Amino acid sequence: MQKRRGATQAEVAAASSLRSTMTSTPFSRARDHLGDAQLVELYRQMMLIRRFEEKCQEMYTRAKIGGFLHLYVGEEATGVGAISNLQPQDHIFTHYRDHGHAIARGLNIDELMAELFGKDTGTSHGMGGSMHFADITKNFWGGYAIVGSHLLLAAGVALACQMQKTNGVVMVFFGDGATNGGEFYESLNFAQLWKLPVVFVCENNLYAMGTPIEVHSSVKEIYRKASAFDMKAMRIDGNDLLTVREQVGEAVEYARSGQGPVLVEAMTYRFRGHSAQDTQKYRSKEDVEQHRSQDPVLIFRKELIDAGVSSAADIDALDAVIDEQVEASVRFADESAVPGNEWLTDSGIYAAPLATATVDPDLV
Amino acid sequence: MPVLTVREALQQALHEAMADERTFIIGEDIGHYGSTYGVTAGFLEKYGPERIRDAPIAEAGIVGLAIGAAMAGMRPIAEIMSVNFSLLAFDMIINHAAKIYSMFGGKFSVPLVMRTTNGWTQLSATHSQSFDSMFAHIPGLKVVAPATPADMKGMFRAAMADPDPVIFIEHTLMYGIKGEVPEGDYIVPIGKSVLAREGRHITVVTYSRMVHLSLQAADILAKEGIEVEIVDLRTLRPLDMSVALESFKKTNRAVVVTEDWQSYGTSAEIATRLYEHGFDYLDAPIQRVNFREVPMPYAKNLEQQVVVTTDRIVAAIKKVLNRS
Repeated sequence: MQKRRGATQAEVAAASSLRSTMTSTPFSRARDHLGDAQLVELYRQMMLIRRFEEKCQEMYTRAKIGGFLHLYVGEEATGVGAISNLQPQDHIFTHYRDHGHAIARGLNIDELMAELFGKDTGTSHGMGGSMHFADITKNFWGGYAIVGSHLLLAAGVALACQMQKTNGVVMVFFGDGATNGGEFYESLNFAQLWKLPVVFVCENNLYAMGTPIEVHSSVKEIYRKASAFDMKAMRIDGNDLLTVREQVGEAVEYARSGQGPVLVEAMTYRFRGHSAQDTQKYRSKEDVEQHRSQDPVLIFRKELIDAGVSSAADIDALDAVIDEQVEASVRFADESAVPGNEWLTDSGIYAAPLATATVDPDLV
Repeated sequence: MPVLTVREALQQALHEAMADERTFIIGEDIGHYGSTYGVTAGFLEKYGPERIRDAPIAEAGIVGLAIGAAMAGMRPIAEIMSVNFSLLAFDMIINHAAKIYSMFGGKFSVPLVMRTTNGWTQLSATHSQSFDSMFAHIPGLKVVAPATPADMKGMFRAAMADPDPVIFIEHTLMYGIKGEVPEGDYIVPIGKSVLAREGRHITVVTYSRMVHLSLQAADILAKEGIEVEIVDLRTLRPLDMSVALESFKKTNRAVVVTEDWQSYGTSAEIATRLYEHGFDYLDAPIQRVNFREVPMPYAKNLEQQVVVTTDRIVAAIKKVLNRS
């Protein structure tokens, strides 16, 4: 296996050093713009995702959660930073690694944990599981599990926004592995052709499942793929919360202004395997440890304390509240009822009643 | 009652649908080109490019964008020029249109109508297929294949009013077929079959273009004193077998005519339902008439042997009657 600490790490380091030479930084600008309480709120979202998912791993090990479990641990800064730019009328589509985006959009973690437990109180009544969180009261259209497919649905919602003149923007998340399939290219072409208000956020965590980017993509800088469509594109440090917020914010406003879509490539890294069963033979422990030492959640925590935005004691107290909320979500999920058998009938499959049953009641 | 062609009936239904501001049509060559089969001819001039959306040749995109728009409150019509091209959109149709309602716990649905065409005319292997059974296999889809101008219009209305995804299957060789079309706001519900012809000796169960060939076969056989009853299923999912079973209990014999391959095709499901629910009434094995099981050849003499003809339907009916 090729050692793969080179280019990407160097680029991220270069981006960081560039920031440090400037008089103002994303941190200082965000502090001026948002105020201290909002900065702490962004930290809270990242830590809630982190603790929620650590609890998910524990519950998976205890067989409370079934199926596949794809954790977002390590990538929190990208989702939280990007989504912090959205308004209520905006929309989100995401992939199967959807826990972080759901929490950043403010979905109720009791209902999320219940969904993972396969309970009726889950966001999708236990019909979707980990890969299919959704809540349309928040225009969170769901996690989708066929790689790349949801980009087209996102473009479709953007078309609706444009035709309905809602001023809404659609943000769609996907991985580097999704940028080699046809749906990616079809969606970029449609979006640019019709100037649809879409922000395509590629979370480049360097692996398509377990296949390294230099093995799966002819172009390693994913943002360059937008050039084939004359589409605006950028590559950003996805592990720096406030850089993500600032850069994606520009993309969102560009899309909202009617100028067309933007492709954002956020460089990030997933600390855990592709799914809970992943033995991670494709990367070295040293690589993972090196990235873990640059944990975006802990770095932002330290930044808040160093800048005097919050005290260590206050952050500790906030962490304790988060822990209790996560514990409460487990209790809620545990105590919730399982979905009823009506989900196995036509009424669970079709929105409208059928003139004829599709399942013959006489058949055993 | 006015007499219209299938094309004219569909045009009326599409114009009605466009009266809803949420409706737009997305497909290949529906506008500037003038519409491959003429159904949307003149629509671009009337409704403009915002609502008559000439799409790139990208079927997954056409269906995918229509699904997304439907989820967000629009009532799109996606046109896939030929059902053969729908294969490029099968992930959108099967993994998305069909799944989204149940997979997200019934919180939102996909009110999408996807129009497409079966058909063949010396177009060879990749342009002459029918995937009726592949659509009808999928829980979450509604699949309709009307045969007459009146049903085309009435079922299209039903499809547009439906909150679920509807695959609306037309036929390139049917657009010129004429028939009476009622005036006013009538709807032909999805999931209701109908008698196309009454008779007492044998039941033919069929749908779409094969209804018309079966009617021709019945005319021929009537001259020999054989009275054929014909059931037009109209909808493939949900499949209403009630009319067919009533007929079968009367005639005790059946032929199933479908324009697709026999193995695992729609006729397999239809015949199985007759056996399951009509076994006690059975006087002879059910006969099926379908495409011969080969990729469609180009050469006309070979193509004619693959497709279903009136002669083959007549022969199948006589075979069943002679065995009982």
